Amino acid sequence: MRRILSLTMENEPGALSRIVGLFSQRWYNIDSMTVAATDDPALSKITITTNGDEKVIEQITKQLNKLVDVFKVVDLTEREHIERELMLIRVNATGSKREEVKRCVDIFRGLIVSVTANTYTVQVAGDTSKIEAFIAAMKDIGIVEVTRSGVVGMQRD
Amino acid sequence: MDLLSGGEIVIRALRDSGVKQVWGYPGGAALHIYDAMFQQEQIEHILVRHEQAAVHAADGYARATGEVGTVLVTSGPGATNTITGIATAYMDSIPLVIISAQVVQEKIGEDAFQETDMIGVSRPVVKHSFLVKKPEDLAATIAKAYHIAKTGRPGPVVVDIPKDVTYPGYKISYSYPEQVDIRSYQPRSKGHPRQIQKAMALIASAKKPIIYAGGGVILGEAHKELTELAHLVQCPVTLTLMGLGAFPGNDPQFLGMLGMHGTVEANLAMHEADLILAVGARFDDRVTNACDKFCPNARIIHIDVDPTSISKTINADVPIVGDCKLVLTEIVRRVKIDLDENNTDERKRTLDSDAIAAWWAQIEQWREQYGIYRQQRYAPSTSEVIKPQDVVKTLCTVTNGDAYVCSDVGQHQMFAAQYYQFNHPRRWINSGGLGTMGFGLPSAMGVKMAAPDADVAVVTGEGSIQMCIQELATCTHYNLPVKIINLNNQALGMVRQWQDMQYAGRHSSSTYGESLPDFCKLAEAYGHVGIKVTRLEDLQPALEQAFAMKDRTVFVDVQVDQSEHVYPMQIQGQAMCDMLISKTETI
Ligand SMILES: Cc1ncc(C[n+]2csc(CCOP(=O)(O)OP(=O)(O)O)c2C)c(N)n1
Ligand SMILES: [Mg+2]
Repeated sequence: MRRILSLTMENEPGALSRIVGLFSQRWYNIDSMTVAATDDPALSKITITTNGDEKVIEQITKQLNKLVDVFKVVDLTEREHIERELMLIRVNATGSKREEVKRCVDIFRGLIVSVTANTYTVQVAGDTSKIEAFIAAMKDIGIVEVTRSGVVGMQRD
Repeated sequence: MDLLSGGEIVIRALRDSGVKQVWGYPGGAALHIYDAMFQQEQIEHILVRHEQAAVHAADGYARATGEVGTVLVTSGPGATNTITGIATAYMDSIPLVIISAQVVQEKIGEDAFQETDMIGVSRPVVKHSFLVKKPEDLAATIAKAYHIAKTGRPGPVVVDIPKDVTYPGYKISYSYPEQVDIRSYQPRSKGHPRQIQKAMALIASAKKPIIYAGGGVILGEAHKELTELAHLVQCPVTLTLMGLGAFPGNDPQFLGMLGMHGTVEANLAMHEADLILAVGARFDDRVTNACDKFCPNARIIHIDVDPTSISKTINADVPIVGDCKLVLTEIVRRVKIDLDENNTDERKRTLDSDAIAAWWAQIEQWREQYGIYRQQRYAPSTSEVIKPQDVVKTLCTVTNGDAYVCSDVGQHQMFAAQYYQFNHPRRWINSGGLGTMGFGLPSAMGVKMAAPDADVAVVTGEGSIQMCIQELATCTHYNLPVKIINLNNQALGMVRQWQDMQYAGRHSSSTYGESLPDFCKLAEAYGHVGIKVTRLEDLQPALEQAFAMKDRTVFVDVQVDQSEHVYPMQIQGQAMCDMLISKTETI
């Protein structure tokens, strides 16, 4: 089961290594992880996507909560939430493909952010399934490189 | 107001945290702190002979007293040498603060001389850790370290201090925080009333209840409440290796230790129980045996201060997160109301006394049939061949069951757990979770420091004692008259036992050739007394003589039967109750 966990923690040196260490030490999966400060510079927000059965997810949540620096752990998948991922993807764009890529970008509400004679670099934002759908759509056109931010998420209010 | 240097602040903050003794070893990066230590008298520094021993000693002190133990070491090798000790304390939830010096901040990351990333190296085995970047943060950080070490589920906390932070030439005003509040760290103390309510219903309807309690009861000072509850509901009690002493060993309701080398009656009672009340225990693999076969009929109430311990390996029906003393106090209060004869409330709960009586009859039968306390189930010692079990029994007799027993790891540890009767908490000091050979002697030094007038025994083996034997010098230096009882079977006995059982007796690297030292001469070389025992009739007099020499460290080297195995023993991969009771018999 895929889960998105949102952590609020003290922005202390070494705090991130405790999270990563916990996951590696106990053999929990990390599918993606994003970290950045919040409006309060003393706090950082981490979004982790992981997977495991109910028991494993319960342990992960408890173990994270047990870390002294961790304030709050919310399992976003359990509630109404918004999730977004940002992707930069560079694709072959020559001849008729240039038009085809542009059409796809429009459909996915992406942006072409860099252009060369042979490539487009496209920015796409959305939930993970949208990102993956865009990658699938670009398969035949020819993908040069992909960089994804990993998921950030927030509970709906 | 006085102005203090960073080094002086460290010492002052330790004092203000209630520290009386620090176990440690100096080195370059720690010298400013050692210089500040030298110029004061409130805190005593005990120079060990290896940093691992400093941690074990502070750990023994903490286990015996319930206070936080303190360690001070230098950077690099000093810091890395503490890791085994820290991991030992971590696994058994022992409150410690380890101050490690670090290279100056401008050199960090440059592979400087004696630089080790102590925060990184220790991360998996600490409750928390701090790196202090400026003298202004020292006092508050040290206060936090003590707060974290001793509250909630206790554990070791590392404070790493770069040398420049303790520089004597820079002085600032000192203030120790009156109160520590860490917003992201708020351990739960009281159990949830609705969960307690559910537990009450299960307790009242149980026909075959058992209390399974562990080290958490000792750490949480809840032994009185546990004993009171057990007596009120007439429930049998079994304890983990870490829990011994949490319920009196001489109480008729005590079934002995459970688990891998637990008693048959304890393991059978667990397996047959319809209700397990688990308190401050964590269902670890040395208790449960195969999880999928664990106690098929039991509903489980699990009280623990650490939510991660609950439903980690075995699912709890009624989890209660809270301090076990507070939770047990509340349960006792409610049970008393229910059992009060003057309480005429129709909804009040009563116990099923007939069922409980039948349960006890069943347990009695198991005790008679298989118990190791009703009958001796190992071949008796002869004049020439001393059984290790008899050494522990004699030790118990000679010390009236009142000694602090600090154990190492191996067969001797299991014999001590089985045959020394612990009637009080904090008397049984052993490395249960990590199983660290070498723990015994240094931990006993810590205990002796905490209880100078008490009898402190080290039950060890010739393998384990050699892992921290250098501490005999510390015993001389600080006059720590512990009594070392070496169950010398001339083998890594526990390893050998497994090799007998699972590897057709191929004793791969579990004996020492002709290399064992003469332990008595060795003890004498350090200024102690050595007594060698090879005959049964000399055993008791030797132990009496050892304990009569109040102010001497005595090494009693007892030659014991090498071929003896520890039984009962669970059969791996089976249920709790599947056990061997001798080399040839199962139950
Ligand atoms: C530091 C460490 N290394 C290895 C082990 C594995 N081990 C467990 S018991 C044991 C043998 C202990 O021998 P001894 O101290 O003589 O005790 P005995 O079993 O003979 O009573 C060993 C090697 C351990 N527990 N700790
Ligand atoms: Mg041995």
